[in-house]
Amino acid sequence: MSQDSPLLPILNNEPTDRRGALKAVGATLGMAAWATAMQPLVEWSEDLNVDEFLQKHYRELTADQKVAVFKRLEEDTKRDYGADVSISDPQPMPGVQYGYALNLSVCTGCRKCSEACHIENNHDRATNNSYIRVFEMEKGGIDFEKGDATYDHPVPQPDKYYMPVQCQQCENAPCVTACPIEATWQEPDGIVVVDYNWCIGCRYCEAACPYHARRFNWEAPTIPAEEVNPDQGYLSNRIRPQGVMEKCTFCLHRTREGRMPACLEACPTGARVFGNVLDPDSEIRWVIENKRTFVLKEELGTKPRFFYFFDK
Amino acid sequence: MALWPRPFPVSLKLDSALSAVTHVNTSHSDGYPRFLRRCFTEATDGPWTYIIWMVALTAVALVGANAWALQVRDGMVHTNMSDHVSWGLYIANFTFCVGLAAGGVMMVIPAYLYDDDDMHGLVIIGESVAIAAIVMSTLSVVVDLGRPDRFWHMIPGIGKFNWPMSMLTWDILVLNGYLLINLHIVGYLLYMRYLGLRPNPKWYVPFVMLSIVWAISIHTVTAFLYCGLGGRPFWNTALLAPRFLASAFVSGPAFIILALRVMRLSTKFHFPPQPARTLIQIIRVAMCANLLMLFSELFTLFYTGGGHAAAAQHLFFGSHGSYGLVPWIWTAMVLNIVGAILFFLPAALERGWLRIVACVMCIVGIWIEKGMGLIIPAFIPSTLHEVVEYSPSLVEWKITAGIWAFGLLLLSAMLKLIAAVFTSPSESGGIPE
Repeated sequence: MSQDSPLLPILNNEPTDRRGALKAVGATLGMAAWATAMQPLVEWSEDLNVDEFLQKHYRELTADQKVAVFKRLEEDTKRDYGADVSISDPQPMPGVQYGYALNLSVCTGCRKCSEACHIENNHDRATNNSYIRVFEMEKGGIDFEKGDATYDHPVPQPDKYYMPVQCQQCENAPCVTACPIEATWQEPDGIVVVDYNWCIGCRYCEAACPYHARRFNWEAPTIPAEEVNPDQGYLSNRIRPQGVMEKCTFCLHRTREGRMPACLEACPTGARVFGNVLDPDSEIRWVIENKRTFVLKEELGTKPRFFYFFDK
Repeated sequence: MALWPRPFPVSLKLDSALSAVTHVNTSHSDGYPRFLRRCFTEATDGPWTYIIWMVALTAVALVGANAWALQVRDGMVHTNMSDHVSWGLYIANFTFCVGLAAGGVMMVIPAYLYDDDDMHGLVIIGESVAIAAIVMSTLSVVVDLGRPDRFWHMIPGIGKFNWPMSMLTWDILVLNGYLLINLHIVGYLLYMRYLGLRPNPKWYVPFVMLSIVWAISIHTVTAFLYCGLGGRPFWNTALLAPRFLASAFVSGPAFIILALRVMRLSTKFHFPPQPARTLIQIIRVAMCANLLMLFSELFTLFYTGGGHAAAAQHLFFGSHGSYGLVPWIWTAMVLNIVGAILFFLPAALERGWLRIVACVMCIVGIWIEKGMGLIIPAFIPSTLHEVVEYSPSLVEWKITAGIWAFGLLLLSAMLKLIAAVFTSPSESGGIPE
């Protein structure tokens, strides 16, 4: 390179400066590469808003803040899913502890409960997700190793029985203990809930749960507008954001208002019994007192609120 | 060659600017940032081989960053994880990196236990490996989060911190604490050298002691993260923490031996042969302990049989027509056992290819054993005994490779700084102005 007609004046200086210039070029290229690599993150952050980012934990929200949050979520649902929904926040009722029992003698494995859960709880249509998995079990034991949740044939098969499994709403819930940020907790009526706007999606609770009861939103759920269930609870069936945990809440948006869970209403055989175990006249109380019920994995000490029994 | 606590060699020449720093006795609040700036200059300059190496690592790191950005935007559907196998390659790599971080420091225990002067020089190398490894393990957890934008929920005092109940909160505390301790030690030692002062033991020995205890804690807490879960029988064993520690005593020193080799080949900063020999001795004992515990674990599982052995059965022999993990674990077994045998050959005590091969075998073997052989099997079969297979997706491999590239980038820079600061300016110029 001649001194008189420098192609790049910056390269024409002392070697050290040339090195410095190369470094500068390298740094510029590096920054450009970094910006390109991070482009998807920029696109993603355009969908975020400050209010959502700064939203406090559910249990620290004031009544006014809750109103604002629910309004924002309703607007988001309208924008993202085209559905008009109303988000409520029913509170636990004093003197109520929920219990659930399932009569294995009459369950036919029709999976109506799974389907009802899928619809009620606004689950992702693409994955056909549900909080309930129904296992076809071999008679002669309660061995899940011989069970099959992916059966695809007419039911009931004569040599099988059927065992639906969902969240056991454990009194001593390993998922609640595991969560590093208290995004999941047990309500006074015994229901374990998740604040979907607080969860960071580490999935430690999913590893901790012995009943495969928790689900993760691997991507944002897809639901056609006309299929969205508009009757939504903040802590239960509202459409979950991408990247957070979700779980069965005993349909608290229904049950806390005196209705039955969707899975129970859908059951054609009457295998499901739900109610307040503190109420001596409730059916659930009668089942627990009079049937020989058992719980899953009792030896783990999780104290499930979900009971199974055989009738004959 | 003992680097400290012996007096600093006065023969070491300092360029005028450096002397000026000490002579005018500028405050450290000015001096330390200037030191860091020069470190940055030094770390971004060097021979072409170094530049090419660093650019290549940067490129891989950027590929990983891009894959992560995609994953954050579109969701973790880009991974091959599922509700059945809800943790995968990221947490597997996390577990190994925590071991590496712990092992990098635990190996200095003999230095203090036996008052082995030569080993003291390795402290700074071990701490550097620990820093890089802890950054890698932190990144491995961050990329596993579904909502990294909500990271502030984890900050104690600002978010909600489920301490002491959640073992994950313990892990957050010990990992970050460990990073700070080691940054302090490495930063202090290098800064003192750079100023031409003898490091004051008061300012680093207590921290080295603390970091040793802390090193044991990070891997123990990480083991507790898994073994405390009653719903996962494969993890639910008291042997997990001891096994983690034993394997960390292998992977850490093995990694340091590799780092020493690289430094010997590429810088003028050479260690005497004895510390590496001590490391080999540590590896010999630790690898035997590790294999013994593994054998004991497997005996208990297979001899007892039943449901608790289902995961081990699937891992080693496959089940229900699925054999996805079988090649992984047998590769790990062969690498670990052959690696252990190589370490026991007398030639391993001498410099040469043998110990390098043995180190690489054991590092890869333990990486698999701690990851695909320990994290994944706990999910297959699932808690309700469903068998859903898992093998990492391309995005997961890219992100993990990116994390490793970034870790090696940090480590390379740190080793280069160490070499520059510790070699006499007359030879290599120290840290240039």
